[in-house]
Amino acid sequence: MRGGRLGTRILDGYAMLVLGYLFLPILVIILYSFNKPAGKFNFVWKSFSLEAWTDPFRYPALVDAMILSLRVAAVSTLVAIIFGALIALALCRYRFRGSGPVSLLLVLPLTTPEVVLGSSLLALFLDFNARSGFGTVVIAHIMFSVSYVALTVRARLRGFDWTLEEAAMDLGATPFRVFRKVTLPLIAPGIAAAAMLAFALSLDDFVITLFTAGSKVTYPLYVYGARRAAFPPHINVLATAILVTSLLVLGATVVWQQRTLRQRAAAVPLP
Amino acid sequence: MAGTAAASERHNRLAPYLLIAPGILWLVVFFVVPLIALAQTSVASGEGPWWDGYVRALGNYGTHFLRSFRYALIATLLALALGYPLAYVIAFRAGRLKNLLLGLVILPFFVTFLVRTFAWKTILSDGGPAVWLLQQVYLLSEGGRLLDTTLAVIGGLTYNFLPFMILPIYVSLEKIDRRLVEAAQDLYSTPLGAFRRVVLPLSLPGVFAGSLLTFIPASGDFINAELLGSFNQQMIGTVIQNQFLEVRDYPLAAALSFVLMTIITFGVMAYTRVLGTEELG
Repeated sequence: MRGGRLGTRILDGYAMLVLGYLFLPILVIILYSFNKPAGKFNFVWKSFSLEAWTDPFRYPALVDAMILSLRVAAVSTLVAIIFGALIALALCRYRFRGSGPVSLLLVLPLTTPEVVLGSSLLALFLDFNARSGFGTVVIAHIMFSVSYVALTVRARLRGFDWTLEEAAMDLGATPFRVFRKVTLPLIAPGIAAAAMLAFALSLDDFVITLFTAGSKVTYPLYVYGARRAAFPPHINVLATAILVTSLLVLGATVVWQQRTLRQRAAAVPLP
Repeated sequence: MAGTAAASERHNRLAPYLLIAPGILWLVVFFVVPLIALAQTSVASGEGPWWDGYVRALGNYGTHFLRSFRYALIATLLALALGYPLAYVIAFRAGRLKNLLLGLVILPFFVTFLVRTFAWKTILSDGGPAVWLLQQVYLLSEGGRLLDTTLAVIGGLTYNFLPFMILPIYVSLEKIDRRLVEAAQDLYSTPLGAFRRVVLPLSLPGVFAGSLLTFIPASGDFINAELLGSFNQQMIGTVIQNQFLEVRDYPLAAALSFVLMTIITFGVMAYTRVLGTEELG
């Protein structure tokens, strides 16, 4: 680059500072998981301790909240993956009347503030005297996850060669076998990415859950309540554990995808 | 591709509808119908006229609406100023580090949003590191605070929604054909000129999507205002939440929610006309 040496260096430095800004709270969370706070609130550094790490399940309510969050995330991700992947498949494979409005309907929940989504669901549940709890939270999480899944899978499926399916059928494969042997392996990476996204979003969701959970307490709701009662370092331990687990899953997926790519490349005979 | 698509369309005209049915039905029942229920609730004020909720919403909470949109706008501009250069460096200058840097950008997503905001509370707390540092360089007076200030709330909003700004900008920068930039420089454009005339215009779809994905959640957010601000920084989300879940004045709460959605919808439509792209569809 001509003449811009100093300029680009400043630019790089600035970018690193922004990354630091993104990173700072995460460092603080990890650091404070090793704190032994003076009172009930883990907001001021006192002294180093492994106490919370050696006894992470000390608060039963916190553990219950975490389990509930994982259950909600598992169920809502499973359902949203099926619904969302089917929509993506329909949008990519077929040209049909109404695909425009369908795309719009998928985007709208993402451009609506969460507080509106949550309060409108509550208005609906109140109208029908529905009891808030596990079911209503799962309903809400499926609702916002379907959009994310459909859009993520669709992005991965664009420009994809559907004639492979017809080739398989021409060679005498049954529709089910075509789906299992051709379609599924091709859309699997997109579905895996979407599943991780949906799971992470569900585990993290606070606002919509607050409106739909009634008296049930998920992990984010527990953290929210903790600001008044007590904020033990165990919250930080669990947050760090979620982070590390996500990174491991992410790493494993990347390795898996690269391996399948290599295998597929090896399976294709070179001319 | 077009030919085969047409052929399969003839063979199973029903297939796409069967595929979309469960998901779309779910979105209609649990996204569209609730909005209708919300509208209904907002006009169902027991004794007063139907518009009673709206009169109270706009009459009593106008300042909250204005404050929310002001904070969200400032946070969006800040996120753009912070996020664009980072997205640019990742897309054009990171080389082999590209995937690692992108990973770092999405890392905050793996730590619960609420816990991250509590971490800011720790960083900005009285007697905490940020206050101490700013006092050392005389940017903050003795006894000055960061917590419970507008600065803290806007900083928190900017932080929380920054990745939503960076990622779409990165995607649109990544798509740019490098040869266009080289061509501009071969034609004696300065680096800055090439940026201004080639890269910037081509990245506008990303800026458009990113600013919507930042502004919309920021304007409805109430966690940052509640954890990092005081009563003076209260945003409209807090009021809606409070009216719905604590006070249980449903017509007022629903009217507030509906007004928020309407303003944002019209804002997005106006913004789309100015900077419009098809990218979101």
